[in-house]
Amino acid sequence: MDGLIVVAGVDKVFTSTDREVVALKGIDLTIPRGQFVCLLGPSGCGKSTLLNAMAGFQLPTQGRISVSGREVTMPGPERGMVFQEYALFPWMTVGDNVAFGLELKSLPRRDIDTRVDALLKTLGLSDFKGRYPKDLSGGMRQRVAIARVLAIDSPILLMDEPFGALDALTRRTLQDELIRIWAEFRKTIVFVTHSIEEAIYLADRIVVMTFRPGTIKRDITVDLARPRDTSAPEFNALKRELTTLVMEEQARFSAAELASAAID
Amino acid sequence: MASTAKSNVKVGGGPALAASTVVITSAPAATVTPTAEQGQRRDARPAVPSVLASGGALYGAIVPMLLIVLWEVVARLGIFSPIVLPPPSAVMNRWIISAMPSPVASIAADGTLGWLLSGELLHDSAASLSRVVVGFVVGAGLALPLGLVMGASENIYRLMNPLIQVLRPIPPIAYIPLSIVWFGLGNPPAIFLIALGAFFPVLMNTIAGVRQVDGIYIRAARNLGAGQWALFTRVILPAATPYILAGIRIGIGTAFIVVIVAEMIAVNNGLGYRILEAREYMWSDKIIAGMITIGLLGLMIDIGVSRLNDWLLRWHRGLDQ
Repeated sequence: MDGLIVVAGVDKVFTSTDREVVALKGIDLTIPRGQFVCLLGPSGCGKSTLLNAMAGFQLPTQGRISVSGREVTMPGPERGMVFQEYALFPWMTVGDNVAFGLELKSLPRRDIDTRVDALLKTLGLSDFKGRYPKDLSGGMRQRVAIARVLAIDSPILLMDEPFGALDALTRRTLQDELIRIWAEFRKTIVFVTHSIEEAIYLADRIVVMTFRPGTIKRDITVDLARPRDTSAPEFNALKRELTTLVMEEQARFSAAELASAAID
Repeated sequence: MASTAKSNVKVGGGPALAASTVVITSAPAATVTPTAEQGQRRDARPAVPSVLASGGALYGAIVPMLLIVLWEVVARLGIFSPIVLPPPSAVMNRWIISAMPSPVASIAADGTLGWLLSGELLHDSAASLSRVVVGFVVGAGLALPLGLVMGASENIYRLMNPLIQVLRPIPPIAYIPLSIVWFGLGNPPAIFLIALGAFFPVLMNTIAGVRQVDGIYIRAARNLGAGQWALFTRVILPAATPYILAGIRIGIGTAFIVVIVAEMIAVNNGLGYRILEAREYMWSDKIIAGMITIGLLGLMIDIGVSRLNDWLLRWHRGLDQ
């Protein structure tokens, strides 16, 4: 069963010299192959922590995460990650960035070039192959980041608020492209966001998380047909429902912010 | 200079605002509009020759030129004795003579032995330069790998750092007596001292460069499947390059400083040696000629390193981005 992600009884506690922060508590989640899941919640709900644990950057304090039956202990190319800050290698051109994962596999040069050119074309980046990231806009950079991850053909895409730094129009364009890529390549996507509208627009399934400690508040399936109409009544009914849920957690976040002397 | 913010926007009240023209008037007191007369005067000023203008090729030469003229004037006025401050014309004279390949027959009143040697200045420059290069390569060649390792591994850093920090403040000059005892006379002690001078700047900058590599690049690379080696060579090393190159520039500068001192002690040719010799004979003009030569050599090397820097770092987001 490819791309099957199982999160079983996961806790994550961060300990520092003077305090303990329970970021995640008792997370049980099973994501079938090909599903587009959004982790939705305010700051401090642990959604990024959970994503990082799936990626293998952090290990859970309790419980385990497995992908295709194998436990996740370190990062790997079958769980490709797209970061909010793009994380493109500035000393490499667009083409080299996208080729990076392929070069690590020691594929023949010609195959690499063919694959890179095809991906650049898919994402509209063909004219920018020789440019450096410093010359690109935010939207372009995120496209390169997506192309870089697509190049290694990961069955799972982990995306940590990838469109958060972009303007609303670019964001909509990239959201549509992401849906297109998802449908075409049949990836399993776990997408972290704090935007309710983005979650409903994109996902098959939305997992709403509570503020610290992060638990699963609600697990909702979104049945609307794509492309989704943001002004449709069903869309907005769901948006109202989710807004109530998320704002409850946001209120707890604000209260915690005001109560503590400083937040890390 | 016209600083009137003359946007074509008008102040209006009421319904005019709905017509979506909004306006700001410039505050008359705060701005200066050029009068017709001032405009005329500005146009009449002669244009600066482009090569001397701010972006021109000789812009950098303006200040040195002015200084040389000032120097000549002061020297000619006789305020100082020619030994204390020889005029630039005498320096130039001596410089040309010592640079000439063929021996010059006449001997001046001050008995410049250098005249009898062919192309002395060139020989000395070549000797000093080669010492700088060899010494720098040795020093940087040791500092780079050590710096990479110390930057990458917290354990090794903690192991080596105390020793490094104790040795670092000791200037190469202090090692002179030891270096002669250890390496004898001639080139080896000089090379040792120069290597020492280049070592620490390159080391410290390399360590800093490796340590400042943003963790997100490491994460992204590991996520894409990079192993330790690929991580090091394709991520950490390129990311650290700006710092490493800065260390190299500083290291070469230090190597130059040390070579002159080392040549005053341990060898019998080179610019440092020649300056010391000139001092013994009170040939101030030759001293200054030697110093200027050192400066020019340093400039050439710096230009070379700078070019290398710009090419290697063409991906870097600079101040103008």
